[in-house]
Amino acid sequence: MASSAIAPTSAPFINKKELGFSALSSSSPFSIQRCKRTTVSKKICSVMAPQQSERKPATTGSVKTGMTMTEKILARASEKPQLSPGENVWVNVDILMTHDVCGPGSIGIFKKEFGQDAKVWDREKIVIIPDHYIFTSDERANRNVDILRDFCTEQNIKYFYDIKDLSNFKANPDYKGVCHVALAQEGHCRPGEVLLGTDSHTCTAGAFGQFATGIGNTDAGFVLGTGKLLLKVPPTLRFIMDGEMSDYIMAKDLILQPLKQPPGPHLTSGTSWARVPLGYLPQFVPIIGEISVAGATYKAMEFVGTTVESLNMEERMTLCNMVVEAGGKNGLVPADTTTYKYLEDKTSVPYEPVYSDAQARYLSEYRFDISKLEPLVAKPHSPDNRALARECKDVKIDRVYIGSCTGGKTEDFMAAAKLFLASGKKVKVPTFLVPATQKVWLDIYTLPVPGSGGKTCSQIFEEAGCDTPASPSCGACLGGPKDTYARMNEPKASYLLAPQVCVSTTNRNFPGRMGHKEGQIYLASPYTAAASALTGYVTDPREFLQ
Amino acid sequence: MAASLSISTNPSFTSSPKIPHTLSPIPHSIKFPATTPQNSIKSLTLRPPRASAVIPRAAASQPSSDGSATFHGVCYVVGDNIDTDQIIPAEYLTLVPSNPAEYEKLGSYALCGLPSSYAARFLEPGETKSKYSIVIGGANFGCGSSREHAPVALGAAGTAAVVAESYARIFFRNSVATGEVYPLESEAPSSSPLLYLASPAVVISPTHRASSLFSLGDPNPHHRHATRAPPSLAPASLALLRRTIVAPNVALISL
Repeated sequence: MASSAIAPTSAPFINKKELGFSALSSSSPFSIQRCKRTTVSKKICSVMAPQQSERKPATTGSVKTGMTMTEKILARASEKPQLSPGENVWVNVDILMTHDVCGPGSIGIFKKEFGQDAKVWDREKIVIIPDHYIFTSDERANRNVDILRDFCTEQNIKYFYDIKDLSNFKANPDYKGVCHVALAQEGHCRPGEVLLGTDSHTCTAGAFGQFATGIGNTDAGFVLGTGKLLLKVPPTLRFIMDGEMSDYIMAKDLILQPLKQPPGPHLTSGTSWARVPLGYLPQFVPIIGEISVAGATYKAMEFVGTTVESLNMEERMTLCNMVVEAGGKNGLVPADTTTYKYLEDKTSVPYEPVYSDAQARYLSEYRFDISKLEPLVAKPHSPDNRALARECKDVKIDRVYIGSCTGGKTEDFMAAAKLFLASGKKVKVPTFLVPATQKVWLDIYTLPVPGSGGKTCSQIFEEAGCDTPASPSCGACLGGPKDTYARMNEPKASYLLAPQVCVSTTNRNFPGRMGHKEGQIYLASPYTAAASALTGYVTDPREFLQ
Repeated sequence: MAASLSISTNPSFTSSPKIPHTLSPIPHSIKFPATTPQNSIKSLTLRPPRASAVIPRAAASQPSSDGSATFHGVCYVVGDNIDTDQIIPAEYLTLVPSNPAEYEKLGSYALCGLPSSYAARFLEPGETKSKYSIVIGGANFGCGSSREHAPVALGAAGTAAVVAESYARIFFRNSVATGEVYPLESEAPSSSPLLYLASPAVVISPTHRASSLFSLGDPNPHHRHATRAPPSLAPASLALLRRTIVAPNVALISL
């Protein structure tokens, strides 16, 4: 298949590509010219259209250019009639979120810059959610939650999901758990709004059709004082996914696709080839086009199509969650009835969804036929080191971790439970379950699993021999203090020389991500994780679900 | 505006993107202009240059007649996709950067997350300041988390600047916001033996490829690429470059 180089033109920059899946298998029939690192041109100048200058509305009435969702949301939030990618604008922030890791630093900067007695810009627009290092005896970690509490008391912050009794999470009525899941469950995510958080996975909230992105302490300190931030309008990549998702496919498989690393020289230690000039993509590229861990840098990723519409909110959150793993600035799923139903009982704050105009201009557009998608994993040590799960069936594993904002929501545990139920067998490796929030924990213990005759997830997990579901938090997704539950502390597997291997439903597998530097992490969907637990090897869920 | 930066590296450094090593301790110099920033975010903090006591680190010389300051330091070279977990592993994130004692402690952990394939470590056990004051990276430096602890740890360890092919968005923004490290973008792979950084162009010799240094506060690499100077230039002296290349408005701050 010849590669289709996209030449720069002065026309609006839509690249439509029809994409199938036959290039997914490792023995690709295509003679696609793959760029070797040493020879590829590093210039991406072929991708971006010439920057558009701001157009003034006509005097006879506003003649506006079509805008994407992201451009519209930022335009409204910056009180401008029209925005184009590349413009830097002051944006009014609807919600600022922070947690126990970055909150204290942000608070420190806020006080230093605005004054020790300064007041936050709006006590109702700040949501403070301790979730990262909670159930630990680490004194500094515990102190950081105290710092949050002192600040919230002093500032009378309306939404502070506090925890005091670490020995029993249920004794803390305000405590929620993982911030991104809590934001959704507590009704802080609303279509059309701007949500900023001191966490890279803040992009998760884009599932609600809003602009949501991660920022650092200094930016957060500024927002605390002013309620605004200077943001650059990103161009949008559009991903149109159509086709029915097979029973063994989840949103995690959908999003791992875009992160596929192009074949070429790369090390098993995980240095991956980060940059693919988009003009170099061959015509048939499996899913979101091999954009790799930097392919969406500074861009918005918009997900549309019948497949996306068929996803429930939690699956949409998983999709948007890993946008940052492609370098993306934000991810979006347009709001629809699924969104409104989810929000019905969660928020009474009025919201106004926005949608991309028909004439909106996209940097690139990709179409996918999801019906042919196979379950995927991301091999160590990069989220873009994608492989088919079935191609990794000889990889012996030591543990399975099901949790995090990416893969620890109710739907994720439901999926794992369904697979365990279908198999009827017991797990062969320690299987750690860490519900994202208190609500998820409760769902695991109360909701019946379809087809089980009334059993709950927790019962199925127990019968399968999994560990008891743990206290809700970010847990070992990012390692944390050494005493964190399920942290990968041992470098080697018990049976000698190989490093520990974990299949995890989390979002990153860089060296040392879950603890020890030599630990090997395979990122996967809950189906794939559960299947792998049952066999003790990386396993395609079709072994149990078909 | 005249600006010049030069980093000379160990000539015996082999061009290998695979296993980056540190360079032997030949002093390297980066010159920054001492002029104030134009066209940049006005609230940026200018940090005073660090003086070195014993180990030759980034020591600033007197401003030269063209207004630039020179830093001499040893460079630490890393590969692509150095993510924030490698720059500062998550277990140290309990340290609060706005707390001065904890800020220093963060520095002592900078880049300790790099795998053991990096035989030469950024910091020796017990060190709080690295002997390397310049980090030379590849593509997508700083990818991963939004943790501001990452540029803070580098800055606290004494890093004056990072020169990388490209940056992850949040890391770049945090570097600029904190002023902890100056994130320079260069087109050259980290194996180039000689690097002249002159406003507006970066000239890599002996290949004589050039790329542009972009304005501070403009974090979009693609936007910047669109305004880059042509990729290859005939060999030219720095003075000639300044005369011949039309500069986008470049602002640099002295560190």
